[in-house]
Amino acid sequence: MHNNPILRISTKILFAPIILFGLYVQFHGDFGPGGGFQAGVIVASAFILYSLVFGIEEGKKLFPTNINLILLALGGIVYGGVGIVSMILGDEFLAYNILGSSPQSGQHIGILLVEFGVGLTVSNVMIALFNAFASYDKVKEK
Amino acid sequence: MISELLINAFLVTIMLSIAIALIKTRTVIFTVILTSAYSLVAALMFITLDAVDVAFTEASVGAGISTILFLAAMAYLPKKEEESISSEFIPALSCIILGVILIWCSFDLPEIGQLTAPIHQHIAPEYIKGSKEDIGIPNIVTSVLASYRGYDTFGETIVVFTAGVAVLALLEKKNTTKKNKSQPKQKIRKNA
Amino acid sequence: MISSTIGIWNYWIVFCLMMIGLFLVIGRKNLLKKIVGLAIFQTSVFLLYITFGKIKGGTPPILNESIDTIYSNPLPHVLILTAIVVGVATTALGLSLVLRINSEYGSIEEDDVSAQDLVDYHDDIETGKNFDLKFKK
Repeated sequence: MHNNPILRISTKILFAPIILFGLYVQFHGDFGPGGGFQAGVIVASAFILYSLVFGIEEGKKLFPTNINLILLALGGIVYGGVGIVSMILGDEFLAYNILGSSPQSGQHIGILLVEFGVGLTVSNVMIALFNAFASYDKVKEK
Repeated sequence: MISELLINAFLVTIMLSIAIALIKTRTVIFTVILTSAYSLVAALMFITLDAVDVAFTEASVGAGISTILFLAAMAYLPKKEEESISSEFIPALSCIILGVILIWCSFDLPEIGQLTAPIHQHIAPEYIKGSKEDIGIPNIVTSVLASYRGYDTFGETIVVFTAGVAVLALLEKKNTTKKNKSQPKQKIRKNA
Repeated sequence: MISSTIGIWNYWIVFCLMMIGLFLVIGRKNLLKKIVGLAIFQTSVFLLYITFGKIKGGTPPILNESIDTIYSNPLPHVLILTAIVVGVATTALGLSLVLRINSEYGSIEEDDVSAQDLVDYHDDIETGKNFDLKFKK
């Protein structure tokens, strides 16, 4: 697969639009179908496509494993952090009304941040899962 | 309305035929591809049943990522499924009996699409009203997901995180645990 | 009559799909097939939930300008949306367990695995110093 020019070039062309589509789904989730879960999977699929065509080592160069693991945990922290912040500001856990100037803008900010946390966790979990399965053979040989 | 239901009935019958093919096949690659097709038809079903968000998720997760994971795992596993020695009669019989009981109970379920069904009475109307007034977000699914049911989604995110960490722990720590584990086992064999 | 039959036809097929999934889990001895069976069972449960949420003449639950629109019930959609993603994560966990079983036993057929366990167990009983060793592991 590594020497097929059609696959290599079409992957390079497709990579950025897939990420862009993922971001669109992430931040347009308030108005149409979409949200953190779907966007996370779409963004992950761009990196998985790259790893499939150029090999798992190149994929790990593009998106290093340690960054992947940090972001994996960061998503949950962002989600929980929004709840903690709303508690510090004097409301209940994950009550977004207090985050903005008006209840509605508070809800907007809260939902945006929470969906971002979900997207971060889901995309990084999917990339980590694929990497773990794809590099399993090398672990075995050691 | 009838045409919508007919499309539904047609799609769900396709799913049934895919599932029957899954029982018959013994090749692993065929199994994986059929599972992917099953998810894709399920996504089509979700669109005709007005669940666009769910359809989106099922198409990207069920038909996309899970197929890739199955294919990646398949590379290390035997390619053929062996004929089993033990009889499949008792499991099949119990499944058929359970299925008949469930179908018998289905006559008490409300018909598809009845506005008077109990599920539509309790809390959903409040969410639909509140999504416009309290939250101001057009997509009701997002507002329920992230705001009204924020605790649930937090829990689900943690579950996804935990599953990912568990897979990493199972697949990557292999070389250290394997040596410790396999040596005592061989010793016992020699003694026997 | 026809319309009422079609009205519950979905339920019937969904129950059949559930039973096929259950049969793949309890009837087949191949561990990969069992996981596929779980996925089939899961998807059919999702279908059942979404079928409950449908309203005749309703639209997808995304608010529009007109006042008298009927929206399908959004609550099952929310539950199932998260369940799908959790489902794929647990499927991956199952697959990784199958991979580990394959590398330890050299087979993913349940009969082979339990036969090997049985041989180990009888070996342990014959040597006598079995159980504490087994528990220490």
